[in-house]
Parts: sequence; structure tokens; C-alpha cells
Amino acid sequence: MIPIEHILLLSALLFIIGVLGVMLRRNVIVIFMSIELMLNAVNLSFVTFARSLDSMTGVVFIFFIIVVAAAEAVVGLSIILSIFRTRKTLNIDEFNILKW
Amino acid sequence: MSQIWLVPAFPLLGFILNGFFGKRFGTHFVTFVGPLAVGMAFAQSLVLFFQMLEAEGNVLNEHLYTWIASGNFEAGINFTVDQLSGLYLLIITGVGFLIHVYSVGYMKGESGYYRFFAYLNLFVFFMLLLVLGDSFLLMFVGWEGVGLCSYLLIGYYFEKDSAAEAAKKAFLFNRVGDFGVLSAVLLIFLSFGSIEFATVNAEAATRLEFGGPLVTAITLLLFLGATGKSAQIPLFVWLPDAMEGPTPVSALIHAATMVTAGLYMVARLSHLFVLAPFTMNVIAVVGATTAILAATIAITQTDIKRVLAYSTVSQLGYMFIAMGVGAFGAGVFHVMTHAFFKALLFLGSGSVILAIHHEQDMRKMGALKNKLPITYVTMLLGTLAISGIPFFSGFFSKDEILWKAFSSSFGSPWLWFVGFLTAGMTAFYMFRMIYLTFHGDSRVDSHVAKHVRESPLSITLPLVILAALAVIGGFFGVPHVFHVIPNGIEVYFHDFFAEIPAGHGNVSTEWTLMILSVIFALFSWFMASRLYHSGFEIASGLRSKWEWAYQLSLNKWYVDELYNSLIIQPGRLLSTHLLWGLFDQNVIDRAVNTTGAVARSVGNTIRPFQNGLIQNYALIFTIGTFLILWYMT
Amino acid sequence: MLTIFYIFAVLSVLGALGILFLRNPIHCALSLVGTFFCLGAIYVMLNAEFVAVIQVLVYAGAIMVLFLFVLMLLSSKDSERYVNKWPVGKILAGLLSLGIFIQIASLFTANELQLGSKGVYPLEVVEEVGSITLIGRLLFTDYILSFEIIAILLLVAVIGAVVIAKRRFQ
Repeated sequence: MIPIEHILLLSALLFIIGVLGVMLRRNVIVIFMSIELMLNAVNLSFVTFARSLDSMTGVVFIFFIIVVAAAEAVVGLSIILSIFRTRKTLNIDEFNILKW
Repeated sequence: MSQIWLVPAFPLLGFILNGFFGKRFGTHFVTFVGPLAVGMAFAQSLVLFFQMLEAEGNVLNEHLYTWIASGNFEAGINFTVDQLSGLYLLIITGVGFLIHVYSVGYMKGESGYYRFFAYLNLFVFFMLLLVLGDSFLLMFVGWEGVGLCSYLLIGYYFEKDSAAEAAKKAFLFNRVGDFGVLSAVLLIFLSFGSIEFATVNAEAATRLEFGGPLVTAITLLLFLGATGKSAQIPLFVWLPDAMEGPTPVSALIHAATMVTAGLYMVARLSHLFVLAPFTMNVIAVVGATTAILAATIAITQTDIKRVLAYSTVSQLGYMFIAMGVGAFGAGVFHVMTHAFFKALLFLGSGSVILAIHHEQDMRKMGALKNKLPITYVTMLLGTLAISGIPFFSGFFSKDEILWKAFSSSFGSPWLWFVGFLTAGMTAFYMFRMIYLTFHGDSRVDSHVAKHVRESPLSITLPLVILAALAVIGGFFGVPHVFHVIPNGIEVYFHDFFAEIPAGHGNVSTEWTLMILSVIFALFSWFMASRLYHSGFEIASGLRSKWEWAYQLSLNKWYVDELYNSLIIQPGRLLSTHLLWGLFDQNVIDRAVNTTGAVARSVGNTIRPFQNGLIQNYALIFTIGTFLILWYMT
Repeated sequence: MLTIFYIFAVLSVLGALGILFLRNPIHCALSLVGTFFCLGAIYVMLNAEFVAVIQVLVYAGAIMVLFLFVLMLLSSKDSERYVNKWPVGKILAGLLSLGIFIQIASLFTANELQLGSKGVYPLEVVEEVGSITLIGRLLFTDYILSFEIIAILLLVAVIGAVVIAKRRFQ
């Protein structure tokens, strides 16, 4: 079969790319997409472990993760929408009131 | 079993009842409770007195409560009645009772009537505590307590600025003395391991070196306390100002009882004092100087109460002369006779003041002897007593002191001479007071003069009783030379006081000196009558020739001004510029402000970290994650 | 089998890198969709067909479509005009990410990869019964509470989204 380490390395790589996307991109929605990428990388490692441990629990967990990701994406996008109405921009540097 | 605790308990109860319920229950309640409390105390004091005479060793002890028990130090609330405290008990409660009765008439109609009696009862309580305590601890409680009550009562008319200032002055000068007492108690504790009088007196000779620095220091410090309480140089200036209080207060506190507390302490610790000849000399010299100084001031005063105040200071000086030459018994005897006639004189002056509507200036008195006959006769008797006219009480006690000042091993002819002069001056100014108040032409304000009449019974009865005591009280201590009856004082105190080496002098010298003082006293009386029998005019003519002396005397030798410039002003400058300006503002305020400034600047430095840029926050997340992973792998 | 896996792996990484480097956000979204497809393929290879289908249906089909809707709704003309402040930040981020990758990789490729105890559904059982059946069984028996809670979560999310994003009428 496919050696587990390779898949896990892939998962780690995707995760890291997601982190970089959060830290380096300026467009809010792209940052959001990077977060979704991170979640998917974790999904991949869950499936891998479920397969190698002959367990279905991992798959059920993925199910939950997908649902939560969906809910979070919905709410997050609606927030961005309402902020956009005032700021008229999607540049994350403009969303800087979370301070003293 | 002797119930010593009853004696202070009655006045304490009186204080509580008068203080807390007096206002509600009204004047009649207070009139009843106030004097009764002291009267009951007097009755019990009599009982205790006779019990004490019967008791073995002439001492009654009672243990009430162990106040401090720490390690091997124990201090309890114990009462002791021996010859000294027994006599003092009778004086305090007896004279106190008479003064309470007098106050009923004198303070009638005053607002704060209940407050007066409450404080007066409290004062009696503390004074009793002072003389009944068997250790420095309890004595000091009483010592401070009477100082407090003195403050409260001097400042009784607290709306008057001068009264409030006088009260503060009294308390502060007392405080300086208290420092001396406390330091002495510390030294005594270090030397003896105990602060009980019995222990100290018994072991003084063995533990302390005769004339050594330790015992001299202890006794000097104790004497400092005594000068504060008993108004000697240098701490006497509060007593004349204390006349701002009502006259019964002056009589009780500043004539008969509180001012004798210092003398009580010295007499109580006689065994300690005889070990320090230097201190004894200091005491005698200070006493003599104070006596003559105060007498010179009294000659020119126009306020009747001031004359009596300076007279008190002068007489206290006499008592300290007695203590200083080792004649402790004579000193205590003079305490007793002085209590009688000085209280009498103060109360009498109060009667006069009351009769002419609270006027105290002798320039507005005169020709009152027909209108106030009882007051006149009693005050005359008191004056005769204080002047040392033969067979009145003052004669016996004062003469005993003068003789001992001359003949004792600690005495000297110079001491006798100063005392002799002072006695003459005393007679002079006392009779001056009598003539100016009661004789000559009336200088009373006309609209007041119409209503002058003798005071009510509550006032005159104590006057009469005190006058009787002033007349016959002296026969208790008739000196030996008269060979009539044994000297009561010597019999009474037999072995109580410390022994001193025998004095010199013989019987004929004693007679000579005695006759000399009598002649001088009569001569002074004569001079006073010549100068003042018709008011101030004759004396004023004399004054212009000696103006400088007159001013010096009238202004109390400028002692208050001296203290002000030497002590008070430098103290104020020190506080303002050094303590406040330099230390408080610069050091303390600066420290506090700097702390605040540091906090603020640190905050300002760290604050920009939170700049609101979300990606920076994400970066910091990542740093954290990296570190955690590092730690885990 | 292995080569197919490697192909799909490379494709998914390329898609992910697309998010990082593509300018136009719509291009980023589309590249992410590509990554999701490749991941779905890998799931099939791991005998998790149900998850693969769900991934494509929900993730690529619904969530990414939502993203695209929002992107098109909020098209702003300023395409990433930004002042390049903090170049240091970028370098630091890069280094950190590299560090984290190395750490995780070292964990995953340890010689003695210690896993937990084996479960009760070996490959044969999964192939025989079918993964959907098994997942359904587990969902409705062992994990029923979580299931219900997720349902409520979805409800809350829907209400929340409507409330937050609606226009405020005066």
C-alpha cells in the first residue's frame, strides 16, 4: 500500500502552505481560503490514521470537521460582508481596530 | 477582706452614669450622682485608712487582674494602701467631695453641666488609680489619665480660643514630662527586672551603685516627669494658663491633687532618690528657684486666679525643697495642708467671681467684705494659713520644711534663705490679694454692684469645712520643739521613707529661725496693708520707681517668649523647611511619582505591540506554535 | 498505485501554492477547488469513498461556490496595492513555517512511529459492509450526541449569518 509517511508529509506540507497563506496574503477572503486549506490538510491526516488503524472513528471525525468548516465559512463570510459595507475594501490592514 | 477596688469604682461609675445618661436624665440626676460617687469613695477610704492602721506592716494589698503575663514579666492590676497612699486617698476623696458639692452651686445653669461632673468624676478615678497602683504601670495609667482629664476640664469652655489653647499647652508640657517618666521606667525595668514599687524600693540599695550614673539618670528622668506634672522649672508655664478652666477645676486639679502627683512619685520612691545625691540637690535647687520665681511674679498679677496659680507653683516648689533635702514626711505634710488652704482659697475666689458676675480682675473688686462675709472670713483664714502665721496649718508644715532645709544633711543655709524670702513674699502677695478684693473702696462695676450677695449654701458650706481644716490641720504634725504632742507625721510615717544621714543644728537654732520667719511674715503683712489697704494708688506710686522690675514680674519673666524663640520657632522652621520641604516633598513625593512614571513609560513601550494588524497576531501565533513544538520534540 | 498517488499529491501541492502566489483572488479560489479534487482522489485511494464524495460535494461544491459568490459580490478594484512594510515579517514567517514543517515531519517520519491500538474495522469488513453503512452506524449510535449538537450548530450558523449580514433598515 501507500506508505503512511508520505501521505503524512503531504498533509504537513499542505498545512504549512495554509499557514503561510494566512500570514502573507492581504486579501481577507484569500486568508479564509488558506484556513480552509489548513482544515483539509488535517482531514487528510485523519483519514490516513483511520486507515492505518483499521478504525472508522477517524472518518466520523472528518465528517464533523467538514460540517464545522462549513458553518464557520458561512459566518465568517457574512462578517466580512458587513465589514465591507463600511470599509469598502478587503485589505486586511484596514481591519485594525482590534487594539487599545 | 479589704475592698480597695471600691474606691476607684465609685467615681468610675459616676463617670459612666453622668457621661452617658446625664444629658437624658437632667441636672438633678447629675447633681445627685456626681458628688455621691466621690462621697462613697471617701467613706470607703476612711474604712480602708483605719484598716490599714491595724494591718500588719501598715499595708493592704489587693490583686485584681493580671494585665500582662509575657515570659517572666508580669504586670498586674494590684492595689496597695499604705501610709502614703492612705493619706493621699483621704485628701483626694475628701477634698474632692467638698469640691463636687461646691460645683453643684458654682456650675449651676451652665450648659454641659453633666459633662463637667462626668469629667470631674473621671479625674478622681484616675487620680485614685495613680495613688493606689502598686507598680509604675498602673501609676502611669493614672498619670496619663489625669493629664487627659486636665486637658478636658481646662478646655471645658471649648468655644473660647484661649481655653482651647491653654488645654493644649497643659497637655503638651505634661507630655514632655511623661517622656522622662517612661524613659526612667525602661531603665528601672532593665536594672530591676520588675516595675513594682515594693521591689524597687527594697532592692534599690543593693542593685544600684550609690551616686552612680544609672541611678542619677533614672532619678533625674523621674524628676523631669515630676516637673511636668507638678509645674516646676522648666515645665511650669502651663499652670497659670490652666486658670481658663472653671474655678472648681483649678481648685481640685491644679491645687490639691494632680499637681501633687509628681510629689507622690518622688515620695513613693524615696529609697531610690536617696541613692542619688546629685539629683536630690537638683530637686532642692529647682524647687527653691521655682518657689522664689513664682512668688516674684505673683506680686504684680491682677487676675485673682493668676495670683493663686503662681502661689501654687511657689508652694509646690516648697514641697520639692522638702523632698530634695530628704524631708519626705514634711513634704507630704505640706501637700496635705496645702490641699486644704489652697483649695479653700480657690473656692473662695470662685465665690467672689460668681458674686460679681464672673469678673476675675482685682482692679474691679474691692469693699466686698461686708457683702460676702462668709467668703471673706474663710479666705482670710486661708491666707493666714498660707502665710505661715503661727498655729495655723501652714505655719507648722512650712516651718518644718524650712528647718529641714537648713539642717538636713542634704540641705544648706542658702536653701533656707531662699525659702525664707519666699515665705515673706507669699505673705505679702496673699494679703495684697485680700486687701484688694475685700477692703478699700469699691471698684466694682456699678450695675454689677447692685446684685452682689453671698453665695448659696452649696458653695459656702465647703468653704467653712475647708477653713476649719486649714486652721486645725496643722496640729497633726507639730514639731518636736514644742514638746506638747508628738509629731503626728513622724509617728504616722515611722519607717516608711528612706533614711538619710543625720543632720546638724540644734534646738536653739530651730527656735531662732522659726521666730525669724514669723516676724518676717508679720512684717510682710504689715507692708501689704500699708500699700494696698485702699486700692492701687499707693502701690502705683511705688511702681514708677521700679518700672523695670514691675514689667519683668508682670510678664512672667518673659519665660513663654523665651520658650517660643528658643524651641517653638526653630521647631517650626525645622519642620517646614527640612522635614516638609526637603524630605516629604523631595524624597517621598518624588518616589511615589517616579513609580507612577515608570509604570506609565513601561506601558507606553509595550503598548505598540498590539497594533491591530491581524497578520502580526497570526505571526505571533506561529511563533508560539513553533516554540511549543520545539519544547515537545 | 503509488505513482497515481504521487501525481495527485503534486497536483494538490501545486494548487495550494496557487493560493499563495496568484494575484487575482478568483484564481486563488479556483486553484483551491483543484486541490480539493485531488484530495478527494487520495481519499478514494485510501478506501474512504464516502469522505471523498462528501468532500467534493460539500467542500468543493458548496463552500467554494459560496466563496466565489462573495468574491464576485465584493469585487474591489484595489488589487493588493499595498506598501511593502515589514519585509522582515515575511522572512520570519517563512523561516518559522519551515521550522514547524521540519518539526512535524520529524514527528511523522520517526523510525518507530507509535500508533494507538487497532480498531475493529479492517479493510475486509469495510469492503464487505460498505463505508457508508459503517459511518451511519457509528454516527447514530456511538456519536449520536455530537451529531445532534452539530445539527444545532448548523442551525445557529445559518441564523447567525442571516442576522450579521443583513442590511440595517432605518
